[in-house]
Amino acid sequence: MKRRPFHWRDTPGLPSFTAAILAFLYAPLLILVVYAFNASRMVTVWQGFSVQWFAAVANNGDIRSAAENSLVVAVAATIASTLIAIAGALALERGTLRVGRGVVAGLVAMPLVVPEIVVAITTLVFFSMLGMHHGLINLIIAHTVFCIPFALLPIQARLREMGTVLEEAGRDLYADEWRLFRCVTLPLLMPAVGSGAIMAFVISLDDFLISMMVSSAGSTTLPVYVYGMMRLGVTPEVNAISTILLVISLVFVASALLLGRRRRGPA
Amino acid sequence: MQRGSTLLLISPAVLAIGIFMLIPLFIALGYSFMTADPYGGVQAPVTLDAYVQFLYQRDFDDSLVFTPDYIFIILRSLYLAIATTVICLILGLPVAWYIVCQNEGRRRLLLFFITLPFWINTLIRTYCWILILRDEGLVNKALRGLGLTDQPLPLLYNDGSILLGLVYTFLPFMVLPIYSTLERIDPRLIEAGHDLYAGRIRVFRLIIWPLARPGALAGAALVFAPALGSFLAPDLLGGGKKLLIGSLIQMQFTSSRNWPFGAALSIAITVVILLVMMLRAWSAPQRAVRA
Repeated sequence: MKRRPFHWRDTPGLPSFTAAILAFLYAPLLILVVYAFNASRMVTVWQGFSVQWFAAVANNGDIRSAAENSLVVAVAATIASTLIAIAGALALERGTLRVGRGVVAGLVAMPLVVPEIVVAITTLVFFSMLGMHHGLINLIIAHTVFCIPFALLPIQARLREMGTVLEEAGRDLYADEWRLFRCVTLPLLMPAVGSGAIMAFVISLDDFLISMMVSSAGSTTLPVYVYGMMRLGVTPEVNAISTILLVISLVFVASALLLGRRRRGPA
Repeated sequence: MQRGSTLLLISPAVLAIGIFMLIPLFIALGYSFMTADPYGGVQAPVTLDAYVQFLYQRDFDDSLVFTPDYIFIILRSLYLAIATTVICLILGLPVAWYIVCQNEGRRRLLLFFITLPFWINTLIRTYCWILILRDEGLVNKALRGLGLTDQPLPLLYNDGSILLGLVYTFLPFMVLPIYSTLERIDPRLIEAGHDLYAGRIRVFRLIIWPLARPGALAGAALVFAPALGSFLAPDLLGGGKKLLIGSLIQMQFTSSRNWPFGAALSIAITVVILLVMMLRAWSAPQRAVRA
């Protein structure tokens, strides 16, 4: 028997272990998608391929209004959080925060650290104390806040990566700060702004827990509505709407990650 | 950049998070010392009742009776969060090592597939397991089809299914930080180990693991914190019958209408998580110096 030469990079069994982990991560999603196309009302009995449940979902008025709410909240929160993130990233990377930089960075990372359930109930308590019952506005504010770090991190990473050489060159050519930002920094930053905005959009669109606690009767978002459907049991409609949400997330995130990859190129 | 414009640029982020996240946390702290309003919200007087409720229940004659129910829920949540962290570490470490051993292109591809689930709706990722584990689900149907069982196995609504859901949700959080520390290992160290006749196990124990430890600690913190406060996996896969802290908090603001107690529980898990994070931050630089 011929033995392969020893190399520490080839650990026996590791390729199949990794394959098993990837299967563990993706097989459940695949099963969901397959069931969503099942013609039978009995979810687990296969009766042929059908898109009827997608049609049923598309014609469901409640789902459509929940989807509209989700879209309004996600678009508004994405725009707000991305603008805040651009400014914040510039200040953190290019600014002169002599003291308190660590405190500010910690504060900005807070939405990533504090458990979602705590964010959800503290936001609820805050709005109810102020007597703010503005439905979608409350949701937009809450979503903007927890989207900030997701939009900020790629922008900040890009600013650090591209260095200050081009900005210094612009300054040497007598560009003022605004012109420098508009003509040099922002164009270089655009891919990261794009991927940050998409990440924020997906995070907002997918959020369940905070939306559930903050939303009121008229401002139900799609995940909150779908959760209500799931509590009533496994139905083909739930499979179909879940598949739609899954595909939306996949498309957006794949494009954000591809945009992010472009920034590996020369600055 | 001028100091003034720096402050101007950072202020929206600081104000947004300060006003809508930090201040509400302090308000919740304040609420935890108030008395519950049976219609939701809080009222005077200021009291420690919410914290006393962790251990005691007020009886009809107003005497305090020791009730361990809530402590059991807290301990169960801690146990499940720790178990999730350990399992994620055992599963995540080999995967991270495998990715590090690949060439540049395959690394990127594998990292992409490990990262992707993080961005997929947790609600939907959790729901998939209902399809697989329920009585008429995939596993039970397969087992019956093979004639191995005639009664469906109770796979759903127990600690095991909650644990499975938690590991499934948080595994990517473990792989990525470990990967980023392993990536920086100098391959010559490993080669030197093998040249000195150390086997794979010794190389792992004496070289790879000590260098991977900061990443593993970071991953452990990233898995433990959200697992402790998780709501969806216990709710959907645990059937909501066996409570964990996350559902217990949520209940205080919906059906139970005991806001002070819910606030007190929230403060408690936030403190635990901050302690974990501080412990990690405190131990990380020391390791870096030694490495």
